[in-house]
Amino acid sequence: MTADIIRITGEHMLIVAIAVGVAIVLGIPLGIYCTRNPRAGRVALRVIDAIQTIPSLALFGFLIPVPFIGGIGMRTAIVALILYSLLPIVRNTFVGIQGVDPIVRDAGVALGLTSRQLLFDVELPLAMPSIVAGIRIATVIGIGVATIAAAVGGGGLGTFIFRGVAMVDTRLILAGALPAAALALIADVVLSAVERRVIKG
Amino acid sequence: MPSSIELRNVEVDGRLRGISLRIDAGASVAFVGRSGAGKTTSLRLINGLVTPTRGEVLIDEVPLARTDLVALRRRSGYIIQGSGLFPHRSVFDNVATVPRLLGWEETRIKDAAGEVMSRIGMPLERFGARFPRSLSGGEQQRVGIARAMVAGPSILLCDEPFGALDPIVRRELQETFRALRSDATIVFVTHDLAEAMRVADRVVLFDDGRIATDTASADFPKQTLPLVRQFVAAASLPS
Repeated sequence: MTADIIRITGEHMLIVAIAVGVAIVLGIPLGIYCTRNPRAGRVALRVIDAIQTIPSLALFGFLIPVPFIGGIGMRTAIVALILYSLLPIVRNTFVGIQGVDPIVRDAGVALGLTSRQLLFDVELPLAMPSIVAGIRIATVIGIGVATIAAAVGGGGLGTFIFRGVAMVDTRLILAGALPAAALALIADVVLSAVERRVIKG
Repeated sequence: MPSSIELRNVEVDGRLRGISLRIDAGASVAFVGRSGAGKTTSLRLINGLVTPTRGEVLIDEVPLARTDLVALRRRSGYIIQGSGLFPHRSVFDNVATVPRLLGWEETRIKDAAGEVMSRIGMPLERFGARFPRSLSGGEQQRVGIARAMVAGPSILLCDEPFGALDPIVRRELQETFRALRSDATIVFVTHDLAEAMRVADRVVLFDDGRIATDTASADFPKQTLPLVRQFVAAASLPS
């Protein structure tokens, strides 16, 4: 049993890590794009905002019939988690860059920074606390939503919970629920610490 | 090498209504006027932070439209109200910004930074490793001045550079600017007429997006224009 819990907890972490990783790779550039093209950016934010409001079980439901990315299994779970993780990351990248003091940005341009240098040397470092906060939120939400992924055969700690509910077995439910709660709390504490560090940086 | 600056019939929507102005290489000019008169906009035209809707800006007789703006900005110092220091970088790294962009060697950067920092009265050994947020407003302003001057710019654009400074430091830096006059063409935006006359050879008075008068500093108080009279009266110049 213990070995199972460890294995499934690992699987759970893997699902979330893959999803948040992909969301970071897609979301940060998308957030940057939104700051450069405010009109398109507003539309993009609106769309991912809408995705976020879809209840997670419904989103899994929608994805099941979609060819290639959907179906029953872990792939669907990861796709849904990516969609959920995008919003906090895109939004916080956008807000973080928008929040850079205009005088500082102005000074950067006036000193002769190219727009690429302005982005990498000034805007992104100053937006980093906000971006890390977005990653933290995405991770914590992801750990929670991933427990529901078991409903579509996505694996993870939800497997124990759903099975426990079906079998009216409290110990089985807790075998899923406790590690899931612990993971979320640990992720929150660790990423909050990272956040504080980049603020000092 | 100081650069010449020319604005030819420049208009900027809603802000400037036909400005023509020539500033010779090595001259120092103060832009004065009330808030919103067009001083800052005119200053920002010179390094391309503002683009004219009509007319053109020329640096060393070359239109800005045909100039590499990034290169121009690297040889123009720009000092702004509120300093605009990079909060995530140490004082030294802030001051080293332009020299690094220009690809200077680190020893040369250290020397130049050390010299400019001692000129503004903030020795590099004491302040170099500190971060902007640990400095007072006046100190931040002075570091902003050092950052703009470190690479020996050919144009120095200043927008209320001494706003946050106490009167003694203010006076010292005005002297520093006077000493610098032969090395750079200086354009200086200020509300303070006494300061304008102390730092600049020439005073340009802006009013509602136009130039109201443009005279040698010493002749400015002799102008009869009502706005000039108001400015002179408000400035309580030493007689």
